[in-house]
Amino acid sequence: MKDINELKFPENVRYTRDHEWARLEGNIVIAGISDYAQDQLGDVVYVELPRIQDRFENGEVFGTVESVKAVSELFMPIAGEIVAINAELSDMPDVVNSDPYGAGWMIHIKPSDPAFMETLMTREAYLDMLKG
Amino acid sequence: MITMRYLPHTPEQIQQMLTVAGADSLESLFSGIPEECRRLQEMNLPEALSEWALNRHMDALSAGLAVSPEYKIFIGAGRYDHHIPATVSSLKSRSEFLTAYTPYQPEISQGTLQAIYEYQTLAARLMGVDVVTASHYDGATALSESLLMAIRKTRRKRVVLSSLIHPYYRRVAQTYLEPAGFEIIELPFLENGLTDLSLLEGAVDIAAVALQSPNFFGCIEDLKAGGQKAHEIGALFIVGFTEALAYGLLKSPGSQGADIVFGEGQSLGIPIAFGGPGLGMLGCTPEHTRNLPGRLVGKAKDMDGKNGFVLTLATREQHIRREKATSNICSNNSHCALTAAMYMASLGKSGFCDLAILNHDKAAYLCRGLSGAGFKMPFQGTFFNEFVVEFPEELETLYQRLLEKKIVAGLPLSAFYPELSHHYLLCVTETASREDMDALIREVTPCMNP
Repeated sequence: MKDINELKFPENVRYTRDHEWARLEGNIVIAGISDYAQDQLGDVVYVELPRIQDRFENGEVFGTVESVKAVSELFMPIAGEIVAINAELSDMPDVVNSDPYGAGWMIHIKPSDPAFMETLMTREAYLDMLKG
Repeated sequence: MITMRYLPHTPEQIQQMLTVAGADSLESLFSGIPEECRRLQEMNLPEALSEWALNRHMDALSAGLAVSPEYKIFIGAGRYDHHIPATVSSLKSRSEFLTAYTPYQPEISQGTLQAIYEYQTLAARLMGVDVVTASHYDGATALSESLLMAIRKTRRKRVVLSSLIHPYYRRVAQTYLEPAGFEIIELPFLENGLTDLSLLEGAVDIAAVALQSPNFFGCIEDLKAGGQKAHEIGALFIVGFTEALAYGLLKSPGSQGADIVFGEGQSLGIPIAFGGPGLGMLGCTPEHTRNLPGRLVGKAKDMDGKNGFVLTLATREQHIRREKATSNICSNNSHCALTAAMYMASLGKSGFCDLAILNHDKAAYLCRGLSGAGFKMPFQGTFFNEFVVEFPEELETLYQRLLEKKIVAGLPLSAFYPELSHHYLLCVTETASREDMDALIREVTPCMNP
């Protein structure tokens, strides 16, 4: 596992306590797991994603991510409807490790309340949490 | 008389253990369990028997049973009397196989793992699916697990079952599902002995539609139509069987659109015994593999590139995922699965097909004979080795007389379907000879013209 200082935490996304990231683009929220989460998990071998049109509350489980050493739940960063999933991950789950904020994105959410994004952690707040 | 003890611990050993545990009696040891959950009275059991007396007792019990081949039994209904090749009986008794337990460690379990892998491979071909589990208790638990798979996958809470799925299987499914808050809807059957699929139209929030084929009346369901209807309402299509041999002749459930296939593998070299143990077969398309319950064995390569076998996708299982596991029963009926693999390998693909054809031809012979004698066949659908006959009322008394002649003339269906009085489910396998069938026709014919 890497030192926190070696991990990437972009400014242009928000973070959750469960280590998901979320970014508002237009009226859609794109979400995945943070560099810290993928580093903790190790090599990701499988990502189970929801179906398009599924609706979830904030904090609800929307899928699972499985690595060679653990299985973890994925939690909704914001309430809403799933409008797209990253189908590439079924063949190449390892992009979650190599590019967690880019090609490793997991879902597109149509949020029921886009303003809720403001309550998620900024880079600084997330780093503070990680450093305890 | 010498009496045998069946409990391994002496009173002294029990006292020793209590002392270590810091309890002064068994009652105080169990005091943490609420009183209403404890048995306070002694069990109402007879005195223990000596080995000799016990043998006499068991002999007397078995003398009261109708056992093939002494009796000519024309009943299947979930348990099928098939010849078991001597190779199977002999091979499966080898001590290496009898000591098998959960093969966690590939380093020391290659034989067991390979046997399970071969069973999975043969079963997958039979069922027409990509992946088959290491096995479950029986057909009924395999059905229940497949319904739970569909509930997890679709996040819906209602399942639809054909009323022509084995009645006992449906009861087990009820035990699994209803206390957990899931709803079971049953599809009635049509006059032709097939499931009425029309209720599916416009149904909402259905996780799965499950059919059995051949169904409990022996009729072969229209799986293509069932699959289409299930998929139209966004449900998974589950297909099962009680007679695995049928798929030596019929198109596999997987090839007909089933997402999940379950079945009972008793026909594959496992004796009928007293109704068990059975072999729960369960498989699915690749899309649902991660959702399968229980154990899966996969083929892998070791550091030197040599083939080997390992438990795979174990993250679905309870020892890793705890309460999030796909099932809390990871037991597998390994010895029965091994037997089934040996049986299928002994017959080979063409032998298996030939045997299936023989079963159908014999059943068709009896069906024609009874029909020629004037008996009514209420369901006109195609059957495999079981079919329903409507006998006149007089058969009820004749049935008892036939039992004295060691002929069991089918299973009365009214116990399971009250509307079907005087309807009997008959089964013919390769074990029935032409003489046996002719004798049955001869014996029942008088009740046609009493």
